[in-house]
Amino acid sequence: MTKRTWTTSYQTVAAALVALIMLATGARAELLIRITEGADAALPISVVPFAENGAIPPGDKVANIVRDDLAMSGEFRPLPAEKMLSLPSRREEVYFRDWRMLGQRYVLVGELSRNGDRVVARYELFDVNQEKRILGETAAASVNGLRTLGHHISDKVYEAITGVPGAFSTKLAYVTLDSFKGKPRYRLQVSDVDGKRARIRLESQEPILSPAWSPDGKRLAYVSFETGKPAIYVHELSSGQRTKVADFSGLNSAPAWSEDGRSLLMTLSKDGNAEVYRMDLASRELTKLTNHWAIDTEATYDHTGDGIFFTSDRSGGPQIYHMKTPGAEPRRITFGSRYNARPRPDNSGDYVYYVHQRNSAFHIARTNLKNGEETVLTRTESDESPSVSPNGRMLIYATKQSGTSVLTVISADGGAAYSLPASQGDVREPAWGPIVK
Amino acid sequence: MKLSMHTKVLAMLLSAGLFAGCSSTGETMDEGAYGSDVAPVDQDGSTVYGGDDEGGVSSSALTEEERMAAEERAKMEALRDITTFYFDFDTAEIKPEARDVLVAHAQYLANNPGQNVRLEGHADERGTKEYNLALGERRANAVQRFLIVNGASRGQIETVSYGEEKPAVMGSSESAWAQNRRVELVFD
Repeated sequence: MTKRTWTTSYQTVAAALVALIMLATGARAELLIRITEGADAALPISVVPFAENGAIPPGDKVANIVRDDLAMSGEFRPLPAEKMLSLPSRREEVYFRDWRMLGQRYVLVGELSRNGDRVVARYELFDVNQEKRILGETAAASVNGLRTLGHHISDKVYEAITGVPGAFSTKLAYVTLDSFKGKPRYRLQVSDVDGKRARIRLESQEPILSPAWSPDGKRLAYVSFETGKPAIYVHELSSGQRTKVADFSGLNSAPAWSEDGRSLLMTLSKDGNAEVYRMDLASRELTKLTNHWAIDTEATYDHTGDGIFFTSDRSGGPQIYHMKTPGAEPRRITFGSRYNARPRPDNSGDYVYYVHQRNSAFHIARTNLKNGEETVLTRTESDESPSVSPNGRMLIYATKQSGTSVLTVISADGGAAYSLPASQGDVREPAWGPIVK
Repeated sequence: MKLSMHTKVLAMLLSAGLFAGCSSTGETMDEGAYGSDVAPVDQDGSTVYGGDDEGGVSSSALTEEERMAAEERAKMEALRDITTFYFDFDTAEIKPEARDVLVAHAQYLANNPGQNVRLEGHADERGTKEYNLALGERRANAVQRFLIVNGASRGQIETVSYGEEKPAVMGSSESAWAQNRRVELVFD
């Protein structure tokens, strides 16, 4: 490992940080690229292995984390390191002609150094054609947090190029199911979006369903059958403290948070039929939002934070409906087939995603809310539980691969895809967490 | 209910004095066994039970009725061996072939007010988990209504839906799905 002389004095780093952020902000406006074609139009980028100064913990390499994140998004096609002609770590070592020859649009270089119990990354992103730096920053994380550092850099690179905030630092919640001592074992887990750093939050022999993130990313609401019947719990992740918030007779299911994190939408059948309610979490006061003999369930707020999408079979089979305000007359959104359920809108108000039956298969589809156009996004056939990334660019859902349930991530237009299988058994019910500032 | 009916018939027979001249049990009907005041014979000579006079029943008819009741009980008991009821995709309609069995369960519950039952509603794996939870409940509710209409009381019945979470059969075939769309009756 070549020794490099990157100053680690705190003041220098801080000064550099300010300067680089200013550069980055200044550069962003003129370099906005809207990627609309998915995997076929993936942008060639070279993430050069970072130089290392001082005692950098072995194991995951930060640049590899960044490379994999970008590849995972489907919007980038990283060049393998062995094809690179040189391994620069700073601007003066970057020969644009070489990178152009390799067909590269962007080059990311950087350097890691040790500062006490923290690792500091200085990194720069270049546009090869324009021979310009479009991003420069230093960022630090604890020596145990190299993955956090990597995902942070991925977010910044993604945003500098696409103009959309990256979602690589966000979390996934999901439920795994395997068998332990002859009994089913359900585990509610939280991991990074690449499936790494998974932690078990709840284990039960009875089903766990429908995890839903609070807008601040600190709490999960979910349905657990641990008492023999479904009840809704709110689980604070930092303390592990759980509160049972709904345990009425019949269904207690499909929790979804309000924008302010103070109330939950939920499906209750305490009056004999599945209806959507809103529960104020402080007072536990309930407001009934639907009133129909049909099944009304799977409610979620739209991008305004006021309107509500939900599933209802009032037309004879399950279809997606939208209420502009709680309690307003619902408008039917889906017409393309006899089974459309579990709506999940993006936060722009452009699309709603849902489970869609076509012939005998269940796919994920989306409807453009502006013109009503429906697109089937998946080719897999037993698809469930779509969840949109907070930046609206990707979608995670559960599907079957040779009889086992796995999670699959696709770009929101159905282009690229990657899978997150469990090491054993099934993994299902993914919920993509919010971007936490 | 059956027993009290027998008691009533017995009382009627006794009051009508029809036991005179009757052998004990199990005899086939025999002209000579009828008393003089026994019910009329119709024109072509076949025996008619009952008629205007309620006393016009023979004692051998009672045993026949008992035998039939026992048979009926056995039949109902056999029917009650069936405790799982199947549904078509995305429906909660009770199938015609399930009706007799559910009537047997309803009558059993009516006759045994201390007996409770839990109706567990299920769906196949297709479609969404939350909609399937509601669908499982709708199926359990359909069975509950049927039982109540046929004599069971609401207080005896508890319902729960597991949606698609507890399949009876693993796999993704038409036959597995058909066996998983069900309501199970679980007696304490």
